[in-house]
Order: sequence, then C-alpha cells, then structure tokens
Amino acid sequence: MGARPKLPPYGHFLGISVEDCENGPLFRMPFGISVTGRPHFLHGGALAGLLEIAAVGTLMAALQGEAGVSVKPVNVTVDFMRGGRERDTFAAATVLRLGTRIANVEALAWQEDRDKLIASARMTLMVRRPTRNEEG
Amino acid sequence: MTQRSHFNSGLTFDPALAAKTVSSFGHNGAIGARYIAHGEDWVELALDYRAELVGDEETGVLASGPIIALMDMATSLATWVRRGRFEPQATLDLRIDYLRAAVPERTVIGHGECYRLTRRIAFVRGIAHDGDPEDPIAHVAGTFMMTDAA
Repeated sequence: MGARPKLPPYGHFLGISVEDCENGPLFRMPFGISVTGRPHFLHGGALAGLLEIAAVGTLMAALQGEAGVSVKPVNVTVDFMRGGRERDTFAAATVLRLGTRIANVEALAWQEDRDKLIASARMTLMVRRPTRNEEG
Repeated sequence: MTQRSHFNSGLTFDPALAAKTVSSFGHNGAIGARYIAHGEDWVELALDYRAELVGDEETGVLASGPIIALMDMATSLATWVRRGRFEPQATLDLRIDYLRAAVPERTVIGHGECYRLTRRIAFVRGIAHDGDPEDPIAHVAGTFMMTDAA
C-alpha cells in the first residue's frame, strides 16, 4: 500500500492519527472535549473534518510517486447516520475513480462496529498534475 | 440539555446568547466561532484565522473542516431563530461546495439561513465569505431533523 499520509495541522488539532492497514490507511480520532458537540456526543463538524481528512489522505496515498501532484476539494456531501458517542471514531476512504483531472472519493466513519456507520461522505476533488512545460 | 433551555429567553430565542454558550464548549469552543448578527431566519458567525486550523501547510489555507463546523453552527442557529425557540435537532446531511480557497489570515464569515421549516425537518443553506459576500468561498445546503418532534 501507499505511504502513510501526512496530516494537515487541522488533523493534529482534531487529534487524528493514521495507521497502515491492508486495505489502505485507517484514520482514528479519539473522543475529547475539542471534538464534542452537544454534551456526550461527537460534533458533526469534527466528524465531517475526519471524513475529509480520510478522503484526502487516502487519495494522496493513491497518488504517491507522482511528482508535484496536488488535490483541491470541489465539494463534499456528508450524511450523518447515528450520533457519535464518547469513544474513538475510525474512518477509511475508497477512491472510486481517479481520473486525470477529477477524483471521486467515498469515506466512511464508524465507532465500535465497522458495520454500524455513524457517517459517510462523498467528495469530489480536482487533481492537479504538473504539465510537461511546468516541469520544464 | 438544561443549559440550552436558557437560550429561550422569555418568549423568543436569543441567538447571541446561544452562540456564546455553544461557543464556550467542545468543538465549537475549540474552533472559536463568535456571533456577529441575525435576522428573522438567518444568523451570521465569524471564525478568526488560526494556524492550527490550516489544511494545507504550504499555502496556509484553512482546512475545510472548520468551515463545515462554522456553517453547521450558523445554519443550526438559523433554524432556532426562524422557529422562535430552541429545539433539539440532529444534522441529517450537509453539502458544501468549495468555491475558492479562503485567503490566509482573513476572518471567515458564515451566513446561515433556514429557508423552509416543517414540524420535523429544517432546510438550510448558507455561504461563507472572507470579506466580500459577493465573492463567497463556500456554499452549503443541508437538512436537520427535530429529534423531539412527535
């Protein structure tokens, strides 16, 4: 699998860590006051942040080895399915399509049971590859 | 939920008080959103630029996560303003279009509007901008469900 994705400052702010798994990177966000929404529940914004970081990180891992490539989010749609409780939240993403300009990525989040999703996200990103002239 | 009953001061919902209370705690407190203004069906909040909220270290551009959190909060407050009282609700879905990158160092303004309210569902939309509402950085659309509605 690809190299372990590098997290942005916002990823560290959320307390996210990442480990390599057979099917790609697995993202973990521990419960804490800075990711709390209403008392005893995970904040939807923090959860959306985790899903985005999983989507972007997994896409970057899929693009590893391509020099100078960068990605830019176009949009994200988050579905909230269950309230997140006071425990670790996990997220993993799948690159559904990686084109020359656009990537479509799906990210899923769960807590104690991977089959009981608490949220999902679909993300569309622009993939920017340096042209030969720019590489010059 | 007892703390939140105080948001309903007298007969009407007080968005400034609610924003202040919500922002003093948890993730909203951590990102540091603050109340700016409100109308009959909208609420405006501000998010000051902070290095730890950055999504791309090379460019210094804010991550999209804090913008989602800001818009989730602004649109939530807008539903309560329109309804005239606080009611517990859960976000069903939220879509965000990233129109352009926020300019580093600039405060982001989140304008959330509740444009349709039924007994169980609130439909919301909004924009985020970094100084000029005519040149937004993001557009959002989402729905909330009233969790206590019969």
